Amino acid sequence: MSLENSYPVKLNELYRDVILDHYRRPRNKGQLEQPSVSVDLHNPVCGDEITLQLLVEEGRIRQARFMGRGCSISQASASMMTQQLEGKTLAEAEEMLDRFKRMMRGDETAGEPLGDLYALHGVAKFPVRVKCALLSWEALERSLEKLR
Amino acid sequence: MMDARRIRRDFPVLEQMVNGRPLVYLDSAATAQKPRPVIEAVRRFYEEYNANVHRAIHTLGERATAEYEEARRKVARFINAPGPRSIVFTKNATESINLVAYSWARGNLKPGDEILVSPIEHHSNLVPWQLAARATGARLRFFDVTPDGRLRLDNLEGLITERTRLVAVTHVSNVLGTIVPVHEIVAAARRVGAVVLVDGAQSVPHMPVDVQALGCDFLAFSGHKMGGPTGIGVLYGREELLERMDPFLGGGDMISAVRLESSEWADLPHKFEAGTPPIAEAIGLGAAVDYLGGIGMDQVHAHEQRLTAYACERLREVPGVTIYGPEERGGLVTFNVGDIHPHDLATVLDQHGIAIRAGHHCAQPVMDWLGVPATARASFWIYNTEEDIDRLVDGLRAAKEFFGHVP
Repeated sequence: MSLENSYPVKLNELYRDVILDHYRRPRNKGQLEQPSVSVDLHNPVCGDEITLQLLVEEGRIRQARFMGRGCSISQASASMMTQQLEGKTLAEAEEMLDRFKRMMRGDETAGEPLGDLYALHGVAKFPVRVKCALLSWEALERSLEKLR
Repeated sequence: MMDARRIRRDFPVLEQMVNGRPLVYLDSAATAQKPRPVIEAVRRFYEEYNANVHRAIHTLGERATAEYEEARRKVARFINAPGPRSIVFTKNATESINLVAYSWARGNLKPGDEILVSPIEHHSNLVPWQLAARATGARLRFFDVTPDGRLRLDNLEGLITERTRLVAVTHVSNVLGTIVPVHEIVAAARRVGAVVLVDGAQSVPHMPVDVQALGCDFLAFSGHKMGGPTGIGVLYGREELLERMDPFLGGGDMISAVRLESSEWADLPHKFEAGTPPIAEAIGLGAAVDYLGGIGMDQVHAHEQRLTAYACERLREVPGVTIYGPEERGGLVTFNVGDIHPHDLATVLDQHGIAIRAGHHCAQPVMDWLGVPATARASFWIYNTEEDIDRLVDGLRAAKEFFGHVP
């Protein structure tokens, strides 16, 4: 059988090129020397782990780094999230978080202003994978709570 | 030789397309599909004689009680238990193990005693013992594991000592497939008077299991992994032990006399079955036992051994595949493909109509031992064929091509 022609269409909706790119070459993977906040989370269902660190100065996220292991969706989500967090105010980060969560519940338009992250909207069609995409965002949520 | 293609036709759920392809179900170690006679038995109970057991003085109640108790006798014969009094119906294997970890362990363990557990257990045969140890002051000790995932038995004398009161061990590992030589462990435990509990969740559905030949004191297993309904499990216990144990849960159906200050317990096995039991589920399990008996468990085992050998051979043809566990194994193969995360693999396979398990399989210590966060697992039962495995291998090649960065 020809496998090339057999890729189900839905798979390409999930694994957009930009997602696979961030998975293969994750941005901001590493640790900060003096983070303002650091949160460890793990997904008990699959064993995925993440550590998210933020450096905040004058209410703005100057640097964001993550460490951990997980599937392509969780790693790409963390990579893109940290990239877009840098330079944002905490209020803007809250808004991103809200938009991303809405996108994961199927509200595609909520995710449109999220840039590359919008590529993850296809995950909403794979309910068992939504947790993967949300792991780094849950770490962000806890980080923002700690900073409050 | 067992004809899996014919057997397959007894399982209505397998006759469907998933994402445009005929379903290939390779997740029976998580839960098995149900043959028509089981579905029929449950339907008949609800349509013809639904009533509570052991108390209704009417025709439906008498029939429900008779069928429920008949299911218990069938289960007893299936594992060659001496009689139905040693068969306790529970919710699942997890509850069966917890019953022993409360009723037996709380009454028999004291500080300084040791519980010997294997590091390749499902969480359900580890966490209850952690709780029992914490409650009684007993200490957990662990078998050693060989590099290929078998239990080391050459140092049993140092592990099973006068302090050992209980050994809790799986019969077949749900991750590595390891078949544990329970008989040898029982012999060592006997010498020091320790009790042995065997987790049979992955053995009873797949091979002949004879509790008298094994010599174990307790055997726990689940109905839903052997073609029965969910919500029904079994605890086999030696009668002398069950007699001396306190009840697990209190309530109706488990008493012989109740006064305000105290009560007397019902006879075995009802002492351990408080409240209305899962009646339809027990009767469904009885039908599953009949169904498997009709095939023959030695045939089931031989079929799975053939399939597993074929699966290992085919998987090894795929560059980048790592198979975990010993050569001799039960009907499952746990593996990884290069650096593709098992979740990604499972999603791609699902899009090809193939159901496998991906994750830590409720055995995080085994994942730590393997040094991986998660694995993929294909598990087989009576309805699986070599074509299913061919489809799996095609799916793995497709996944590799899709992610395009595996050796």
